[in-house]
Amino acid sequence: MSLVIEKVTKEFGRFPALKGVSLTAPKGSFLALLGPSGSGKTTLLRILGGLEYADLGHVAFEGEDWLTIPARERKAGFVFQQYALFKHMTVAKNIAFGLEVRPRRQRPRAAEICRRVEELLALMQLDGLGGRYPSQLSGGQRQRVALARALAIEPRMLLLDEPFGALDAKVRKDLRVWLRNLHDRLGLTTIFVTHDQEEALELADLVAVMNQGRIEQIGAAANLRNSPATPFVAEFLSGIATPSPSDLSSSLASIH
Amino acid sequence: MIQLFKPRAPTEDHVLLRWALTLLALSFIGVFLILPLALVFREAFGDGFAAAWTAINEPDALSAIRLTLITAAIAVPLNAVFGIAASWAVAKFDFWGKGLLVTLIDLPFSISPVVSGLIYVLVFGLQGWFGESLRDHDIRIIFALPGIVLATIFVTFPFVARELIPLMSDQGREEEEAAVSLGASGLSTFWRVTLPNIKWGLLYGVLLCNARAMGEFGAVSVVSGHIRGLTDTMPLHIEALYNDYQYVGAFAVASLLALLALVTLTLKSILEWRYADEIAAVHHH
Amino acid sequence: MAALAPALRWRNPSALPGFGLSLGFTLFYLSALVLVPLAALVIRPWEIGWSGFWAVLSDPRVQHALKLSFGASLIAAAINTVFGLIVAWVLVRYRFPGKRLLDAVVDLPFALPTAVAGIALSALYARNGWIGQPLQQFGITVAYTPLGVVMALTFIGLPFVVRTLQPILVELNRESEEAAATLGATRFQTMRRVILPMLAPSLLTGAALAFARAVGEYGSVIFIAGNLPGVSEIAPLLIIIKLNENDYAGAAAIGVIMLALSFVMLLTLNLLQAWTASRR
Repeated sequence: MSLVIEKVTKEFGRFPALKGVSLTAPKGSFLALLGPSGSGKTTLLRILGGLEYADLGHVAFEGEDWLTIPARERKAGFVFQQYALFKHMTVAKNIAFGLEVRPRRQRPRAAEICRRVEELLALMQLDGLGGRYPSQLSGGQRQRVALARALAIEPRMLLLDEPFGALDAKVRKDLRVWLRNLHDRLGLTTIFVTHDQEEALELADLVAVMNQGRIEQIGAAANLRNSPATPFVAEFLSGIATPSPSDLSSSLASIH
Repeated sequence: MIQLFKPRAPTEDHVLLRWALTLLALSFIGVFLILPLALVFREAFGDGFAAAWTAINEPDALSAIRLTLITAAIAVPLNAVFGIAASWAVAKFDFWGKGLLVTLIDLPFSISPVVSGLIYVLVFGLQGWFGESLRDHDIRIIFALPGIVLATIFVTFPFVARELIPLMSDQGREEEEAAVSLGASGLSTFWRVTLPNIKWGLLYGVLLCNARAMGEFGAVSVVSGHIRGLTDTMPLHIEALYNDYQYVGAFAVASLLALLALVTLTLKSILEWRYADEIAAVHHH
Repeated sequence: MAALAPALRWRNPSALPGFGLSLGFTLFYLSALVLVPLAALVIRPWEIGWSGFWAVLSDPRVQHALKLSFGASLIAAAINTVFGLIVAWVLVRYRFPGKRLLDAVVDLPFALPTAVAGIALSALYARNGWIGQPLQQFGITVAYTPLGVVMALTFIGLPFVVRTLQPILVELNRESEEAAATLGATRFQTMRRVILPMLAPSLLTGAALAFARAVGEYGSVIFIAGNLPGVSEIAPLLIIIKLNENDYAGAAAIGVIMLALSFVMLLTLNLLQAWTASRR
């Protein structure tokens, strides 16, 4: 098992955001944290990214004591809900950021940084947009810049906070497939947070349904739908159409 | 059929009322603000440019100008650093007592400048808390530059902080969190991510801080000792000249400060018009 | 990461660095610069004990100076409330050439050093001054009288009301005015019954700010005031006089009284403002 989360607990003041959450996920899996707002999914994601500290509990990733590593050194690529792009920097500078702030010994040379940025721009289908500023881009494009920026540091895990929340339905559908594709290509352990059941079940290998700071059930998409462990899970997952294979391939075709 | 006149919208005032109120507003501003300003320049240059120049070039005036510049050169950067530190603490972190901290920062605005000077005399003056030991060590704070700088710092330290706190709070923490998740150190994050975002607000705050630092009168008057050529800042020198009936001289030096005020206002307006979003979300003086 | 008992924590630890440094520096700066000297102010009067304090408070000269400072500030704030409202209204609602210039000029009292304003106002209202002379024809003397003090304090407080009102006026919902019009109200009725009540809290806030600033004002006032004890002597000047006489305790006593009185008046105005705001 590559990612082991053990009884992680977090309180904000007197509000219990996470109440002893545990889960395991194999390396390279695509895990979704699914639940309504207030379920603690974003808090858990931020703890994995080092942006919040857990009050109790342990996390091990690839054998390391994850929570003792400072956020700076974790190399957990984080994609924020509102992208958090550096608005005064160009797209290229945004993506290069993680490489440019490395200590001198670990920093690649300028030419190498340039090359990597170009590579990522191509990968994200943002060719030619390197010189633009975030305000000049569409929502979908900004999303991909945020992703490129996180990938530039060659992260060990990819964390996405409601990545498609701010986008309209068509763009969302396209990006979903595209993200799954990217994951399959890179083999990165990816964890994403969403409140959209359809999205979670369609994309992820493993889905953890959360409610009020606890994991109600965790398992593969099909299992959750067919054998919900609690009434909450059953109700939360009710009324979703299962995408057929032809839907998926036509979506894939449309973004190329 | 072309409409010959537009009927008045229900939320528009009657044209006569508009004229009356506009004229009233203009007269009020004219009498209370423009006239005094005009008078400064008229009195300074009424006897010709040469007379004004002589008054400014005179040794006591020059040392007053020097003292004012030195005081501002020390007080403003210190207060800028404070403003940045305070707004970093308040805007990027959650902790108990934030409200109290912000109230404390606002304190100098509710205290009379004379009281602002008084408190330093009470601590460092001859009969103050440290008066005896300072005298024994031959250190002069009151009636010397350090006292003037201290009083000036006190009166002007809120300016930068009050601009940056709402601005940085409004901008949130996400960009800084992103930078940290990408591996940047604290200094790197501040320098590359935060500073560019706050640069216009910072400039604005420094501008106001400087204008006040150079023009402070009440507080400095208490701690200065009024030693001509030594501990007189420009405002104090103006007072000395005026009380000596040397009107041309007084207004000549005053016109320098008035010019500074006009430049400050112009820069302030430019910053406000062009960079409105990047300057404080909430504006209160 | 080991457990941190949540109940004892006073802050939510963050991944962002620099908390200790920034808060530490901030607190150090504030303590050294503000808290310690203020403590000196509050402690000093006790040297002369309650009786000494009372003697200062009951001294007629002190009483008159306090009355002048607070009274003139109140009148100046009232003038600024009325005219500040007019200026803000004109700036927000009307269009005319030079409006932007006017808008920028309103900030002049913030930017102009008080000593410069002081000598300018003094020369302006002197018996042979640009305004003083015509007024003299009507038998009105401004310089060296409490009236001069009021004029100077009006100058100082002008921007407060205008700047507090402007953002509120800009955001004011026109629909309420339109509704009043459709219901048959005249502009005057609309102004009185709809607009003014909506503006009342910010008017009071602006007035309070102008008042607070005026009470402690020194530089703009001492030149025009004349500083005759018992007639046109303001409280801050009295503090300076006592310091020159080496009466530190007396000076501190007046300072403390001024702070206390300002605090009470501001509290009253704030409560008044909260009351008007909640009446809706």
